[in-house]
Amino acid sequence: MAGIPHDHYEPKSGIEKWLHERLKIVSLVYDTLMIPTPKNLNWWWIWGIVLAFCLGLQIITGIILAMHYTPNTSMAFSSVEHIMRDVNGGYFIRYLHMNGATLFFLAVYIHIFRGLFYGSYKAPREVTWIVGMLIYLLMMATAFMGYVLPWGQMSYWGATVITGLFGAIPGIGPHIQTWLLGGPSVSNATLNRFFSLHYLLPFIIAGLVIVHIWAFHSTGNNNPTGVEVRRGSKEEAEKDTLPFWPYFVLKDLFALGIVVTIFFAIVGFMPNYFGSPDNYIMADSLKTPPSIEPEWYFLPFYAILRAFTQDVWVVQLAHWVTFGIVDAKFFGVLAMFGAIAVLALVPWLDTSTVRSGRFRPSFKWWFRLLVVDFLVLMWCGSQFPTALIGWISLIAATYWFAYFLVILPLLGVLERPLPTPATIEEDFNAHYGTGGAAHPAE
Amino acid sequence: MSHAEEPRATRRDFLYYATAGVGAVAAGAAAWPLIDQMNPSADVAALASVDVDISNVQEGTQITVKWLGKPIFIRHRTAKEIKEARAVKISDLPDPKAENSNLPDGAQATDENRVLDKEGKWLVMIGICTHLGCVPLGNNAGEYDGWFCPCHGSQYDTAGRIRKGPAPRNLQIPVAKFTDPKTVKLG
Repeated sequence: MAGIPHDHYEPKSGIEKWLHERLKIVSLVYDTLMIPTPKNLNWWWIWGIVLAFCLGLQIITGIILAMHYTPNTSMAFSSVEHIMRDVNGGYFIRYLHMNGATLFFLAVYIHIFRGLFYGSYKAPREVTWIVGMLIYLLMMATAFMGYVLPWGQMSYWGATVITGLFGAIPGIGPHIQTWLLGGPSVSNATLNRFFSLHYLLPFIIAGLVIVHIWAFHSTGNNNPTGVEVRRGSKEEAEKDTLPFWPYFVLKDLFALGIVVTIFFAIVGFMPNYFGSPDNYIMADSLKTPPSIEPEWYFLPFYAILRAFTQDVWVVQLAHWVTFGIVDAKFFGVLAMFGAIAVLALVPWLDTSTVRSGRFRPSFKWWFRLLVVDFLVLMWCGSQFPTALIGWISLIAATYWFAYFLVILPLLGVLERPLPTPATIEEDFNAHYGTGGAAHPAE
Repeated sequence: MSHAEEPRATRRDFLYYATAGVGAVAAGAAAWPLIDQMNPSADVAALASVDVDISNVQEGTQITVKWLGKPIFIRHRTAKEIKEARAVKISDLPDPKAENSNLPDGAQATDENRVLDKEGKWLVMIGICTHLGCVPLGNNAGEYDGWFCPCHGSQYDTAGRIRKGPAPRNLQIPVAKFTDPKTVKLG
């Protein structure tokens, strides 16, 4: 697929030419910033910049926190208290980092569901999607390890439960768990390696973010119509697009301003709202808190983990077919990782030729149900597992898998999509009229 | 690497495979220490056995000691607890295996196979719920007078066997033995 035709950087002054012959860095920045962007992008497209902001925020506040933190079981908890009480402005930097994780996940979930609705994962953007999924996986690993560092009760028991998931793998599981922990249980070795990896992974994420951007700069952005930008000539392309700078940068920054205002209100006025009070009690390996519950952003997958108990027939079938190798606990683990795997495979599960959900009348409803389903799972994950919650979790988990494995493949065949506009320009003019050459604002 | 018109293996092919093979071995040899360093270190491995003095543990009480970073319950059971545990039929147990590290894998979960001494006074278990790793509450807690896990409601009987709730297995019995009548050696 050829790129969208547009003006490229031309060095003008002597010094620009001198540098350009030696290092084409200005050209790279210019072409990245001036990329033709579909002019009909709506507000769901602003979460990318929020995510970039979050990554920057977490790296900067994280580096500062590491200057004052001690990754040793005897001192970790008090070094966090030292940050909270003694370090100048330390409490605020830590609260930014804590709540930054929440904003990061909120943004990534909206970003992912945006992609799911508008078919951003479809050809030729599969690589963008897969790289995005890798980033999401690394984000989860990073967030989990970061949560262990304050060495509170939730840190310790969360680490115990999550590494226990690997212990559920038949045969080699316990060895993997011991290897991950560096001992028979969560200990100083565990804390040290988690600190090291928690520091490392964000930089790998940053590298993958560059690949992610590179990938969709190769294909061009998707847009709410799912119709491709015309690429016949520069003139034609310019009717469908506007350069990223300044039009979309300013729009995105405006949106970021609003998001950050709300974010700072939360950091300032209710910084512990998303946390668990148990994590202000130092880790005690002999005493489990009354309820162990992960951070809100893991709850949907936690609910799926717990949904598959011994009395579910699929679990019994799996147990029987595998001669007892797959028990309920391992099945739950497989289901949890499977829930993320089906998400990653969606480019190949969706058979519809129409990209955007806007023109898919039945898809729209299944998609809305998926969003509700995700929220229901999140709620289930936060509840004490009674029989009723178990049932709701199981139904919701079943829908999650059914959406990706049954509904999406069938819908592409059964559904009759609405006619899509011929061009982005046509759709744009239908919304904003044809007056004037460009109405960049929504 | 050979061409179609040149079917016989050439000296170059051989050198390719030999180089790739040696390269793979070297890469593996270089990677192994980097992976192995994450396994338990010598000092952690050295703590693998401890002696516990049980002379102060009265009948009907239990102590919790830390071994390998895990809580170990050592309970001095009453006659009533022993009687209750011995009255249970194997067929009533969700997990019919002894889960005892001192016995072969297939051993049945009779009370005799769970305890450390013949009379069944001493019960030594890893105090970690087999569901998701919480520490169950003891001292005749739960419906079966044994242990009760506050996280997700698993109930264990007076021999630490799972009776009700989401946990899949009986509480694990660690490698343990009496070195003298007053000392239990763990590990």
